[in-house]
Amino acid sequence: MAGRWKNDLNWSDVTPKAAFLNRRQLIAGTASLVAGGIAGPALAGLDARPSAYSTDEAPNSFEDITSYNNFYEFGSGKSDPADYSDALTIDPWSVKIDGMVDRPGDYAFDDILKDVTLEERIYRLRCVEAWSMVVPWIGFELADLLGRAGVQPGAKYVAFETLLRPEEMRGQRRPILEWPYREGLRLDEAMHPLTILATGLYGEAIPKQNGAPLRLVVPWKYGFKSIKSIVRISLMDREPPTSWNMANAREYGFYSNVNPEVDHPRWSQATERKVGGGLFAKRVPTRMFNGYGEEVAGLYRGMDLTEAY
Amino acid sequence: MSVTDRINAAIRAVPPRLLYIVAPLPAAWWLYLGLTGGLGPEPIKALEHELGKFALQLLIAGLAVTPLRRHLGINLMKHRRAIGVVAFFYVLLHLLVWLGLDMAGLWGQIAADIVKRPYIALGMAGFVLLIPLAATSNALAVRKLGVRWRKLHRLVYPAVLLGGLHYVWLVKGLQLEPLLYMAAILGLLAVRVIPRPARTALRA
Repeated sequence: MAGRWKNDLNWSDVTPKAAFLNRRQLIAGTASLVAGGIAGPALAGLDARPSAYSTDEAPNSFEDITSYNNFYEFGSGKSDPADYSDALTIDPWSVKIDGMVDRPGDYAFDDILKDVTLEERIYRLRCVEAWSMVVPWIGFELADLLGRAGVQPGAKYVAFETLLRPEEMRGQRRPILEWPYREGLRLDEAMHPLTILATGLYGEAIPKQNGAPLRLVVPWKYGFKSIKSIVRISLMDREPPTSWNMANAREYGFYSNVNPEVDHPRWSQATERKVGGGLFAKRVPTRMFNGYGEEVAGLYRGMDLTEAY
Repeated sequence: MSVTDRINAAIRAVPPRLLYIVAPLPAAWWLYLGLTGGLGPEPIKALEHELGKFALQLLIAGLAVTPLRRHLGINLMKHRRAIGVVAFFYVLLHLLVWLGLDMAGLWGQIAADIVKRPYIALGMAGFVLLIPLAATSNALAVRKLGVRWRKLHRLVYPAVLLGGLHYVWLVKGLQLEPLLYMAAILGLLAVRVIPRPARTALRA
């Protein structure tokens, strides 16, 4: 638990566990009928605590979350990640932490998990393509891992890299983007308690199409900032290059905070449609910082968000 | 009988009416899939994209009729009108899904998108160009317009180009599929400037 930051939520705001499990059971139960093999109560597999940061909105089904993905390493179609990510080897896995840290090195995945408290964080996810989901992640605060590596005083940014393995990631055989996929955060964004590294979903280990074994989740930014299958984390003193920004800087800024008032040059960001609502699902207004404004607006005080988009 | 003759005989045996009868089937199938979960968790976008891509495929098929006859001797002329009319209706369905399901009721955002988003503006322009062509796809109009009918129907060239650009422009990253559509369109327009083979060569 990071605990360096206070919000105005109390433990009384947390959904009571019984109600929470009941609701989840209903949803997970339905999902498992379709997906097969996901059993009973949601928290069965991974031992995770509920969190005050979770939304009380109904999560999307396991089926929705694991069959409609953008993970271009496996192809640009929404079902490509579910169809082709089986080929990925995730064991063994380690994350190289380097740059401006006191304890650089290769951190084995199991070793990373030893020292962290897993929580369930039910977050809204808003894709830059104007669709959204609600996802019950299991993960821990990125700040915990960064603390363990020892961030040096001069560090201002955190850079992330996805695995580069075209033999197993068929999308990497073509230059849809410049591989490996890269993302970055300002250090204060990275240390924010909402920012997590997710290792699970619906109480089980995170499926490969969702970024196994370890992915970033930054719920107030467009989904592409939440980089998947991370193998490297570097602390640096300047803004790192990021994949979509490298591909098209005008369309994808470094910050990419969810902002209904700053449109993507090719489409409006004013509205979004929650995935899973069928053929007659209506769009709903997109919220500033994806509804996390109370928690994160302070990070950007004094900045012109139409410039720093 | 040469291979070409056999192909042409087979094409002649198909009544043009058949195309109009089978044409609604793909749309009906996608609609059924969309209603029953077969198009995935986001069926609106999937339906919109299936209809749009099929419309482009039909437009490209229509563009292929003349080069096939000129350079390979395969004669699909009898079916060209049906291909064109069905293509128009798929463009229309694609547009209706965008207006009625994707943007359902958000008229302000729809108007702003048409004006502000180049790929939507291009697609709309392509659709508008196709309207007079669909309206004059009947025997009476062909007779009344005479030479002008052929000139009018050259509007299909810019219309298909706009459709291809509309697709290329809307995807993220460097994706292959829309570029393949664009290559087919440009190729079929380019072969039109190749001089026709002499009549004798056609008979050989």
